Amino acid sequence: MSRFDLAIAIGGAAGQGIATPGDILARIFVRRGLHLNAYNAYQSIIRGGHIFLTLRTSDQPVLSFGDNIDILIPLNQDTMNRHLRLMKAGSAVLYNSDKIKPTTVAEGVQLCPFSVKELAPALKGDLVQNTIALGVVLRLIGVEFKILEDILFYQFKRKGDAAIAENVGVARAGYDHAGAHFKPFPFVLPDTGRKLAFFEGNQALAMGGAAAGVRFYCAYPMSPASGVLHWMARHGRQLGIMVRQVEDEIGVINMAIGAAHTGCRAMCATSGGGFALMSEALGSAAMMEIPVVCINVQRAGPATGVPTKTEQGDLLQVMGAGQGDYPRIIVAPTTIPDCFKTVPQLFNLVDKFQCPGIVISDLLLSEGRASVDAAELDFNVPIDRGEVIGLNGAALPPDDGYKRYQITASGISPRALPGTPGYVHVVATDEHDQEGVLISDEFTSANKRQAIHEKRMRKMEGVMPLLEPPGMFGPVDAEVTLIGWGSTQGVIREAVQKLGDEEGIVANHLQIKWLVPLHAEAIVSILSRSKKTIIVENNYSGQFARYLRSETSIVADGHIRKYDGEPFMPHHIVDGVKAILAGATRKYVPVHEIMV
Amino acid sequence: MSVSMTETEARARGARDDKAERAKLTVKDFKGQVDPDWCPGCGDFGVLSALKQAIVELGLQPHEVMTVSGIGCSSNLPGYINAYGMHTLHGRALAVATGAQLANHELKIIATGGDGDGYGIGGNHFLHCMRRNVDLTYIVMNNQIYGLTTGQISPTSVKGMKTKSTPFGSVENPINPIPLAIAGGATYVARGYTGHVKHLAELIKGGIQHKGFALIDAFSPCVTYNHDNSHEFFKQRTRMLADMGHDPTDFNAAMEKAYMWGEVIPIGLFWKRDDLPSLDQLEPVLADGGPLARRPLGVPPEIAQALIRELM
Ligand SMILES: Cc1ncc(C[n+]2csc(CCOP(=O)(O)OP(=O)(O)O)c2C)c(N)n1
Ligand code: SF4
Ligand SMILES: [Mg+2]
Repeated sequence: MSRFDLAIAIGGAAGQGIATPGDILARIFVRRGLHLNAYNAYQSIIRGGHIFLTLRTSDQPVLSFGDNIDILIPLNQDTMNRHLRLMKAGSAVLYNSDKIKPTTVAEGVQLCPFSVKELAPALKGDLVQNTIALGVVLRLIGVEFKILEDILFYQFKRKGDAAIAENVGVARAGYDHAGAHFKPFPFVLPDTGRKLAFFEGNQALAMGGAAAGVRFYCAYPMSPASGVLHWMARHGRQLGIMVRQVEDEIGVINMAIGAAHTGCRAMCATSGGGFALMSEALGSAAMMEIPVVCINVQRAGPATGVPTKTEQGDLLQVMGAGQGDYPRIIVAPTTIPDCFKTVPQLFNLVDKFQCPGIVISDLLLSEGRASVDAAELDFNVPIDRGEVIGLNGAALPPDDGYKRYQITASGISPRALPGTPGYVHVVATDEHDQEGVLISDEFTSANKRQAIHEKRMRKMEGVMPLLEPPGMFGPVDAEVTLIGWGSTQGVIREAVQKLGDEEGIVANHLQIKWLVPLHAEAIVSILSRSKKTIIVENNYSGQFARYLRSETSIVADGHIRKYDGEPFMPHHIVDGVKAILAGATRKYVPVHEIMV
Repeated sequence: MSVSMTETEARARGARDDKAERAKLTVKDFKGQVDPDWCPGCGDFGVLSALKQAIVELGLQPHEVMTVSGIGCSSNLPGYINAYGMHTLHGRALAVATGAQLANHELKIIATGGDGDGYGIGGNHFLHCMRRNVDLTYIVMNNQIYGLTTGQISPTSVKGMKTKSTPFGSVENPINPIPLAIAGGATYVARGYTGHVKHLAELIKGGIQHKGFALIDAFSPCVTYNHDNSHEFFKQRTRMLADMGHDPTDFNAAMEKAYMWGEVIPIGLFWKRDDLPSLDQLEPVLADGGPLARRPLGVPPEIAQALIRELM
């Protein structure tokens, strides 16, 4: 049975209301049990810039937003000009013929003009064309009108019966117009009889925090991380989470550390620039041995960079944030549902090892949307607070007193919460001895410094065995191995399939999620069977390639890199693999043909 | 520290919590693990002893108090007092303290540090802590110099002052923290001088008792690097506001006194208002259920179901 695969793109200017029809279509898909992957390429968050939302749906899991568009809905002439030339035979383009004229078009592309003036003579405003277009789309893909009617009913309920009637009326006009004038697609949108959910990566991260038992969340707004703050702010009171917008990111991380020290699970999120401001304090969390989780949602850098565009350019920053050596755990979730699962895992680790934990996401993951089976959203996650004294009262310490930084074989010293009788101590960002007494000036001691530094660093040895090691996807004896990290898992996997199906190239795939500590030995052993290796990453300098080389001495045979602000599409990787295997280049940089 | 604790020590370390048999503690019980390494004659000794006195007089136990400092000579204070403590990064005491206060609003949190720490590198946190009226007591050991880094100008150094970083005299105007705090939204604004420890202890006590953000700026002379603003300088000039007939609820009078500098420099309580709730009191999440830090984790199943329904 061949797979059902449909991609719809809606493009226009910011402020033209693309989000709403996007959401309506997404809901229609997941309510029929269809999978979804959506990516919104945008420029300005405020009015003006070009926005291009791609929604791809299938009866099988959808790994990326794909290479093709089956239905294009340009809401302005600009979108028509940018995208019509890329439409292929069999696709359809729906547009308001009062305002928008088609440009050159390939043979076999069905143009579906509709006149808003004719179909909705009584209605004004830009949003009418969206509603009509929805009617047209649903007719073309064989969805019964009732479904749209119900959704419009909910959407306009608050505005009263007249508004509902109006909108249902124009949607109906579009639906009937399409029935009379356009050729429907040769399929009916499947209904699997089940229902899926869908969410954005930032929602998944925030919900993961809620599941982990976060009680304190703070942030300073920064795209593309603000979605986490928005979710937390909306749900915090209901969940008993203190949510604060702070004066700056230095304040954010320090506030989170203060809250975490008292015993709360505390989390914050930012993007690269804000993360840079947090560097010193992350080291201080490690020094004071306070567990805290920070999310860095990468955008294209350096500096203010491209706030609305994606990149995997902060790996080295995150690994090198802050002065000195210190224990830290760094994880890059590989899918949107994985964001949800990773956060509680990371909290258990940082609580156990009393150090900072960093989640690396990026705009693609955090602002992308994906379907998920509701059964996968288990809030009842295992919780391990580690060795903590005073959460529910505490017996008095032994006769020789409590040593906050007691030197132990594991490096983990039981952590007493402020307010607990009998365990009074001071935590310090200056170097200190087991009792917490500073050894940074008056009592400087080389021996004590070495011992306490080793104790802290030793904790990292205990982390690795608790992490799921990476695994190879695809046949062991493949011609080529593609290696990626974090958010690119889906698109690389789709490229692997494409290489096999369309190019006769057998590839396999290794995706790295846990970055620090890195499963270096496991990776060496997995890759020892690879014939050729190509590292795929969304940055200029090959930050992961350099890291992998430093930890394993593995030098990849080829590199596919992209740093134009847009995520990889499957064909970019396919083309890169072909070029590298053909010996045309060792480093392939795809061109993003879609003008977004 | 392998010797076993005596019973009094154990008590002093906050072993007993039962309010009925709260130990009567003395200043000695608040002695820290090590003695201060401040220069002999440093004003910070006076702040430390005033703080201990205030805590003892309020009947607080060591485990009920947490000091939070930044970095500087003055910021070493948490190591010298027997209470929970956090010795955080340079300039970050108030941010950390805010997080700790909101997460456990039953702790008495006292932020301590220097003029550079609080008004310089930490200036942004200072402003926002005041407007938020976070329930903290903030003691700034103002020596008008960077002590720990061996004598450079600070934001409160007077114009013309010669230091290692201003060998020809500073050309900048200093910050006056008192009017800044009054205008910034602090609800308890005082200035003390370490030459009057008892008076300073009273100001600190009032600050701890005050529900809201309390600033106590304490002249705490650096005997090593600031020879201009010495004990001699302050002894001659400081006058008690109480003796000047000042009413700390009178905003205009407070501002006027706050700007006095020269032959007479007022010390005491400039400004106090009790009509504004503190941030923790305004936060609905804290309305009931005790400190956040002690609440059980987990999302109730019905809420989890509702969150998932939003996605369908
Ligand atoms: C980020 C950072 N910058 C600079 C320093 C160096 N430093 C340590 S203390 C200090 C100034 C201390 O002045 P103040 O806060 O007035 O404290 P004092 O020593 O006078 O009590 C500086 C600049 C540091 N520790 N961290
Ligand atoms: S240098 Fe100055 S501030 Fe530091 S301890 Fe000595 S006298 Fe006090
Ligand atoms: Mg100073």
